[in-house]
Amino acid sequence: MHGFDEQHTLFRQALRDHLDRHVIPQVDEWEERGELPRDLWKPLAELGCFGLTFPGEWGGMALDFWHQIVFIEEVSRCWSGGFAAAVIAHPVLALTHLAESGSDYLKEAYLRPGIAGEKIGGLAITEPHAGSDVASLRTTAVRQGDHYLLNGSKTFITNGVHSDFLVVAAKTDPEAGAGGISLLVVERESPGLSATKLRKLGWHASDTGELAFDDVKVPVKNRIGEENAGFYYIMQRFALERLVMAVSAVAACDQALAYTLQYMGEREAFGRPIRKFQVLRHRIAQLSAELERLRAFNYQLCRAYDEGHYQVTECAMAKLLATELSDKLATECLQCFGGYGYMEEYRIARFFRDSRLGPIGGGTSEIMREIIGKNVIEHSK
Amino acid sequence: MTSYYFNEEHETFRESLRAFLDREVLPHIDEWEEQGRIPKDLWPKFGEMGYLGLNYPEKYGGMEADFWYSVVFLEEIAKCYSGGFTITPSVQQYMASPYLLKHGSEAIKQKYLTKAISGEYLCSIAITEPGAGSDVANIQTRAERRGDHYVVNGAKTFITNGVYGDVLVTVVKTDPEAGINGISLLVIDRRAEGVSARKLKKLGWHASDTAEINFDEVKVPAENLLGEEGQGFFYLMGGLQLERLAGAISAVAACEHALAYALQYMSEREAFGRPINKFQVLRHRVAQMAAEIESTRAFVYHCCRLHADGQYAVKECSMAKLLATELSDKVTYQCLQFFGGYGYMEEYKIARMFRDSRIGTIGGGTSEIMREIIAKMIIDDKAYSSAGPLPGTRPTNGKANGQAKSSTSQTKNGNIQSVETIFQAIQERANNSSALGHTLKVDLGGEQIYLDGTGSENTVSREDKDADCTVSVSPEDFESILSGDLNPMNAFMSGKIKVQGDMGVAMKLQGLLG
Repeated sequence: MHGFDEQHTLFRQALRDHLDRHVIPQVDEWEERGELPRDLWKPLAELGCFGLTFPGEWGGMALDFWHQIVFIEEVSRCWSGGFAAAVIAHPVLALTHLAESGSDYLKEAYLRPGIAGEKIGGLAITEPHAGSDVASLRTTAVRQGDHYLLNGSKTFITNGVHSDFLVVAAKTDPEAGAGGISLLVVERESPGLSATKLRKLGWHASDTGELAFDDVKVPVKNRIGEENAGFYYIMQRFALERLVMAVSAVAACDQALAYTLQYMGEREAFGRPIRKFQVLRHRIAQLSAELERLRAFNYQLCRAYDEGHYQVTECAMAKLLATELSDKLATECLQCFGGYGYMEEYRIARFFRDSRLGPIGGGTSEIMREIIGKNVIEHSK
Repeated sequence: MTSYYFNEEHETFRESLRAFLDREVLPHIDEWEEQGRIPKDLWPKFGEMGYLGLNYPEKYGGMEADFWYSVVFLEEIAKCYSGGFTITPSVQQYMASPYLLKHGSEAIKQKYLTKAISGEYLCSIAITEPGAGSDVANIQTRAERRGDHYVVNGAKTFITNGVYGDVLVTVVKTDPEAGINGISLLVIDRRAEGVSARKLKKLGWHASDTAEINFDEVKVPAENLLGEEGQGFFYLMGGLQLERLAGAISAVAACEHALAYALQYMSEREAFGRPINKFQVLRHRVAQMAAEIESTRAFVYHCCRLHADGQYAVKECSMAKLLATELSDKVTYQCLQFFGGYGYMEEYKIARMFRDSRIGTIGGGTSEIMREIIAKMIIDDKAYSSAGPLPGTRPTNGKANGQAKSSTSQTKNGNIQSVETIFQAIQERANNSSALGHTLKVDLGGEQIYLDGTGSENTVSREDKDADCTVSVSPEDFESILSGDLNPMNAFMSGKIKVQGDMGVAMKLQGLLG
């Protein structure tokens, strides 16, 4: 079924094996410490994870999109939303811009080491006063000879603190609204760039950062693509980001549901395992059905994406539904654990708080409904 | 998106079907709803177009078309503003007649199936009784064999097409002591002596003749038995998936239809000086429903594909029926709300859509029965073990191994030299590395190199033994890896290396070589 064949399965096995041995045993510690170790990246790069769909000439694997799906699914099953976010943001958010629109210079300087796991990237769009409303960004990049002078701030940036470079959206023409935005690759250690780690409800292993740019000099050659075309690049890739979030949410739900079923088989109440109680059984049945529905929907969109179709409305639908289902599933699975569900000794509590970011990040559920509503209602006329 | 399933011919079929329905059905639908019946002369018109035998063999008058024609048919008949209409040909073609085709004798097929396909006969499936529905094992209707016929006594209820129909595929107990092994299917003429029907009054589905049927000493010829005596329960289990899938297809189409109907109204109706489709709260409700409809459609089509491929997809079809019918209730409820007071009036069709939807989560097994089935499959069959199955994997059929063998047999000539080179290279590196802790076999197309790292150091031999992990690769590719021309991970991903057994051990080989 769907787009997976034996080759994808082998990749999945290799990756899962690596994650089972080198990631899952350590995520508790990373969650506790609030950051990921630097030596995490290289082995994943050696498995090809950061260049799955990118061209071979830059060190990529030039494989189909289903390999990317395998990667997303497997890293989403590691009981740490923060870990998944970090290792997904680097290739999917940051490197995709470089691979698809960057110059050869940028590809050599950032994409190649990015794929090799030597340089880690992040994508910086959201600002304290504007998120999905990209046209209203205030960070400015003023051209001065062979460089831009960058001023402003960004927030909620995954990999914002411990990365090596950031793909930053800035206004190169402040008067032009959406048509005045450019994407710049900024070295994390540039003079004038400071980052603060934000404390969060969940995603504890991830270094979500607030960035301040104070007269940061960025060479003109670090601009991705055309000047003032940034909005177009961002919009073009939002569909991918949302689809990836939907796939990630379903995979994390799979893991949580399996975990819950295992607990329900072991835990007894009134003399029998709690999985024998009809009310809980029906709840599991309902959740499974909803999960299977969204898996089928996601895979259909993955197929379309793989074939080169950008399904903006449908990807917004998938993100909306999958991240909201994840919250529902997290609430109901946690409930099956009773008091233990509230304790950190079981991982369901972490899943619950990590899930909560889904309907917010990458555009809130409300933004998704704005997009869908607009397209569906206008289409109906 | 639907282009993944429907080709141009299906769409042509859809257009001609729609034109037919626009002409023969839609102008009369309000009248049929009012009268509580659909004229019998409609069905031969359907039959003439081939609409009642889409997936049936030509020799009985069918079209022998693929299942996606049926999907188109079910979708389009669900968009005629009458659930009672939708269910009539749906029962005929997807719930009753399949038993005639699958289990009926040639004589039964000639006598009943050909006429069902031509539209001369209207068929019903009579399972439910006043005392038992989905609990089929507990039905009470009795068929007693007396010479060359059965005598049937008992009662059935909620039988679609039961009043004006012609043929009842009836579930009976032929051996009351045998539980589920005592159930049989009999074809009973609706007009046979002793069969009486009472039309039931219902919340919705007004155009449909739902009946309570009594059997009082009804004589049924023994040749009207479908298949074997005592096998009825199993025949039903084989047929219910299609019934549920058909229900899911209809429900998604009904959702889509109701939303389109509501969107039309919302663009025309004004409040506070603007069309109500400009109000954000309503727009977001539309968006949510559209997303749920799209995702349910994707899942139902996925199930249709399983069905079309001949899979017995009990879990998936039960999920599809559960999700689609519950969504239909939600969508029709919310769409009615958009119409305000008009939504409650019969002058708009949304009121009928709302009440017609409500049977979806009950008929063909309630939502609760669906959840029972799903829970049994998911919880009791331990489909989710702690490790969990790999999502999206297909069961391996050994084909890959066969291919690996055949490809290597071609390269076997003249490879002895390179195998020896590889052997020495592995031996050298293994001697310089710490023990692997596992056994590993490199299969070079009929030539093996066996690495035993379970002791204090690695030993390399040419033995052919089972190992924790077997890596199959051609000698040429292996030499490229040794020389550094080929990245092992790339080789693995492109299928040049195949791994069986513990993947972690294969990764250690990579470390050894790197």
